[in-house]
Amino acid sequence: MLIRNAPDLSDNDVTDHGLYIRRRQFMAGVAGLGLAACSGSSPASAAALKFRPNRMPIDEAKTPLGDVTSYNNFYEFGTGKEDPAKYAGMMRTRPWTIVIDGLCDRPGRYAIDDLIKRFPLEERIYRMRCVEAWSMVIPWVGFPLASLIKAVAPQSGAKFVAFETLRDPRQMPGQRGSVIQWPYREGLRLDEALHPLTLLAVGLYGQTLPNQNGAPIRLVVPWKYGFKGIKSIVRIRFTDKRPQTSWEMLAPREYGFYANVNPAVDHPRWSQAKERRIGEFFRRKTLPFNGYGEQVAGLYRGLDPRQLY
Amino acid sequence: MGREKRPIRARLESALVWLLCAAPLLLILAWGFTGDLTANPVEFVLRDLGLWGLRFLCLTLAVTLLAKYGRMPRLMRYRRRIGLWAFAYVALHLLTYVVIAHEFDWAEIATDIAKRPYITIGMGAFALLVPLAVTSANAVRRKMSPKAWRKLHRLIYLIAIMGVIHYFLLVKADTSSPLLYGGIVLVLLAARMPLGSLFKSAGNRAVQR
Repeated sequence: MLIRNAPDLSDNDVTDHGLYIRRRQFMAGVAGLGLAACSGSSPASAAALKFRPNRMPIDEAKTPLGDVTSYNNFYEFGTGKEDPAKYAGMMRTRPWTIVIDGLCDRPGRYAIDDLIKRFPLEERIYRMRCVEAWSMVIPWVGFPLASLIKAVAPQSGAKFVAFETLRDPRQMPGQRGSVIQWPYREGLRLDEALHPLTLLAVGLYGQTLPNQNGAPIRLVVPWKYGFKGIKSIVRIRFTDKRPQTSWEMLAPREYGFYANVNPAVDHPRWSQAKERRIGEFFRRKTLPFNGYGEQVAGLYRGLDPRQLY
Repeated sequence: MGREKRPIRARLESALVWLLCAAPLLLILAWGFTGDLTANPVEFVLRDLGLWGLRFLCLTLAVTLLAKYGRMPRLMRYRRRIGLWAFAYVALHLLTYVVIAHEFDWAEIATDIAKRPYITIGMGAFALLVPLAVTSANAVRRKMSPKAWRKLHRLIYLIAIMGVIHYFLLVKADTSSPLLYGGIVLVLLAARMPLGSLFKSAGNRAVQR
């Protein structure tokens, strides 16, 4: 489990397992691999996962896989909605380790495959509400963040969890610009992180997570705006202070730390009252806490809900 | 562009210009049929039409300069058409915003105009474009004094600047594209400045036109 010093592997040792090759993706930047030929429609690396099926029924249609994988924000690969699907093939997702440090009793470097083996995977079909007022319904596969947190035993002083995305401009062309101060950072209060709805996703539609959706492991917090769902995580740190988060650093008036879905608090430049569900023509009303209020509203008792944007 | 004045050639040329102006719109329609408007077609069409509105405003501004400095005087005969296409794209952009993006929710649209500067500026730019489109008709133009007409149509400078500000204010983080268009508009306007008059006493009115 605990990898004290993962040996650095050369390019030749890296399997192409993590190279998610799809139509329209090209291999620019992956010099030396000589993988000019792209396979057909089925991704080379999407392996079926074993998981317990979804147990929280949701009577909303799932967003088609093709839409989930072709339309999202992942600024590490560019600011266009189609950039992640185009360029995320450049990212290597094996070997992959997550550094866990800060105020916990079992810090260390954890290998992704060990985590996937250690924690039973389950499917969670969640609504995903982007701060840009569009939404999807996505069948994730993963394990509760709480399982991992309990395993590394946070100390009593730990009040927050901070996350970081991989920073490597060679694999992430969007990082060659400075739209965001890299690496991408996110954070949760410890009680939010321990909430049973909070998921570390490693799969999508029963298969390993495609690169553009945050492979090999990403955060999913369904009652918060999508940008809280940090992708391709390489570091998890326990702290006693509220961590800085990327979008808050960029525009604190527009994107708060909590970023709970709240139809009553507009983004300064658009209303959050409604959302466009991908695949639907007419907009639907946005629900407080994205429809998960029953489960999570208790976390915020006593706080002014208008501050929880 | 040839110098021959054979009608067939002129007609072909005219048809080609028309087709080029309509191409972005035809492409959107074609993508609509093939399902290539991304997973969020409403957002894509809204953005694309707005962007083409801004591009055609830039093109309209560029025509005058190209005709004068690029030795393409024949382009001038298409300036009105290109300007009207700018109006068409901006109008379709607004129509998409009202009809599809906001489903005729007038209260929501009113809030947008009142509360969100980029919408206020966008609406203002459209309002200023309307008189330019209306006075493009020959019948109307003939009723105006050429001086008044030229003065009115200088509004396009302001409209182009407002278009860039509208675009700049709406993007989330990546301002590179709005800044690019800002630079283009700046160059197109700067090229009209009567720089010559700084050195010579003679005015340079032709450039301003």
